[in-house]
Amino acid sequence: MAPVTPSRLRPWEAVRVGLRSLAARKLRSVLSALGIAIGIASLVGVLGLSESSKSALLDQISALGTNLLTIEAGTGFGAGDAALPEAAVARVGRVATVEAASAVYSIDAGAYRNDLVPADLTGGIQVFGTSPSLVRTLNGSVAHGSFLTEATRVYPAAVVGSVAAERLGIRSLDPPVMLYVGGRWVEVQGVLEPFALAADLDRAVLVGDAAAERFYDVELAPSRMYLRVDEDYLDETRDVLGATVDPENPEEVQISRPSDLLEAQAAAESSFTGLFLGLGAVALLVGGIGIANVMVIGVVERRGEIGLRRAIGATRAHIRRQFLTEALTLAFLGGTCGVLLGVAVTYGYSVVQGWRVIIPSVALAGGFAAALAIGAVAGLYPAIRAARVSPTEALRSS
Amino acid sequence: MIRPRGSLAAPEPEAPAIELREVTKKYPGSPPVTALDGVSVRISRGEMVAVVGPSGSGKSTMLHVMGTLDNPTSGSVLIEGVDTSVLDDNSLAAIRGRRVGFVFQRFFLLAGVPVVDNVANGLLYAGVARAQRREAAEAVLARVGLGARMWHQPEQLSGGETQRVAVARALVHDPAFVLADEPTGNLDSAASQSLMDLFASLHGEGRTIVVITHNESIASGLPRRLKILDGRLEQDTGAPAP
Repeated sequence: MAPVTPSRLRPWEAVRVGLRSLAARKLRSVLSALGIAIGIASLVGVLGLSESSKSALLDQISALGTNLLTIEAGTGFGAGDAALPEAAVARVGRVATVEAASAVYSIDAGAYRNDLVPADLTGGIQVFGTSPSLVRTLNGSVAHGSFLTEATRVYPAAVVGSVAAERLGIRSLDPPVMLYVGGRWVEVQGVLEPFALAADLDRAVLVGDAAAERFYDVELAPSRMYLRVDEDYLDETRDVLGATVDPENPEEVQISRPSDLLEAQAAAESSFTGLFLGLGAVALLVGGIGIANVMVIGVVERRGEIGLRRAIGATRAHIRRQFLTEALTLAFLGGTCGVLLGVAVTYGYSVVQGWRVIIPSVALAGGFAAALAIGAVAGLYPAIRAARVSPTEALRSS
Repeated sequence: MIRPRGSLAAPEPEAPAIELREVTKKYPGSPPVTALDGVSVRISRGEMVAVVGPSGSGKSTMLHVMGTLDNPTSGSVLIEGVDTSVLDDNSLAAIRGRRVGFVFQRFFLLAGVPVVDNVANGLLYAGVARAQRREAAEAVLARVGLGARMWHQPEQLSGGETQRVAVARALVHDPAFVLADEPTGNLDSAASQSLMDLFASLHGEGRTIVVITHNESIASGLPRRLKILDGRLEQDTGAPAP
């Protein structure tokens, strides 16, 4: 008689055996895979959503440009009337790295729909004089009508910020809209889209600088200046601007970079991502414990099956591998569903938010890897226990 | 015959099918249980043996030890002349998977798996491809008279049919020995008789068959009877003269 050939179980047979066992306990399998799916979905979703929203924010920043600087007079002790010197605009224009400069001049007046509105109901709307270049310097755009032009800057004409338009009840410029500004009627030429980098101008009514001088007796001392500078020399330019704007009190000139705020926002979102990733990891851990729990119960319930398999030629290693395969299969199924769910959530939410959909490949690969790792860890102990079951005990127990 | 641990057994042609030498099996615990106490017995090839004795006398333990499902605490078990005490888990599993067919009182069929695949599972660990496993299962199911039940679920079968499926699973790898632990325990008398007729015909084919039974009339119908009491071999009618 020929020597007995050793027992063996091909890997795909082990997978088939595992799948069959899982299929025989459908509800239990689905529920335990669901735990993993939720964990993986939250990991993939958090990574995908944070990447998508960050990229939307970065797109916005780069669209607006990071080379915009805002200059204001300091409001500290001895800062006086908080206006910049009259010559500041001309001086700044002579700095070689300044590509564009626009100023706004504060007008001490309210803007009202008509002359019957009490003067103290300003609606929080400020009135500024400015030049036609402002809208280009700020990369702004008009929703209706047009911005101030070389022609209209000298006339009683106004352009209204997006929030101011809403507060004043201006929805359309047809028929023409008149506003009562500082005791004088002005005609609205245009309504602006929101400014991303100069949100306070959204609440403003802008008239031409020449008109401001002519009708409102304003000295053309800028209350704020907006500058576009050469990005490569941004820091150097920033260093010389104080003395350029106000040679007498350079330390009272405040220079800020509005895009820093958006970048800070992006950084803040990243730190939240860390928190949510931690929560996702906890969900995944709980899912893994669920699988381990189901497998341990399975080992106890399936003692008969384990005994029978040993009787028909399975080695301890075969039993161990079978239970490990089942745990891995559960984790794989859960992981697959989780990745799909995470991608779907990211896709759906990004589309609703109007973001570009970005699903980092590290989230996909990491999601699968995490699921399988959790499955392996969760299945290891039950598998070792299953392999240790004494076949005689298992077959005897009734 | 001494072989290095881990090598696979080459059966000796002239040796008895199963031989127990002074086999003792103790289970630890409080109090410890001595399930087998110095049992020596030789079963030749082609014998059909009944094992009788009260519950807890050690019958099942003896059958498990004979089939290498359990190792004796002391003494040795020789399967076709090969001392199993030098074999590792792998080789013992191989002996169970190739040379031994087990039948249990509780049939241990997998629920939700069609009859033909339950039987084919008997070859699962033998490295046989799935198609061949099924083919072998179909042949052996026809042999036990269940050719029409292949694609039924185990739950749809009667007790007698279920036990026939279990017997088919024990036969699908063409074992030299069939070890049956109370195979008729859950069957009515007609099904029991029909199952014993099946065993008789397997015996007729030259297989070695050991059947544990409570049923006196079944035991008395078999050529040789071993009586176990408190883990000792109380009585052995011996192999009938050829």
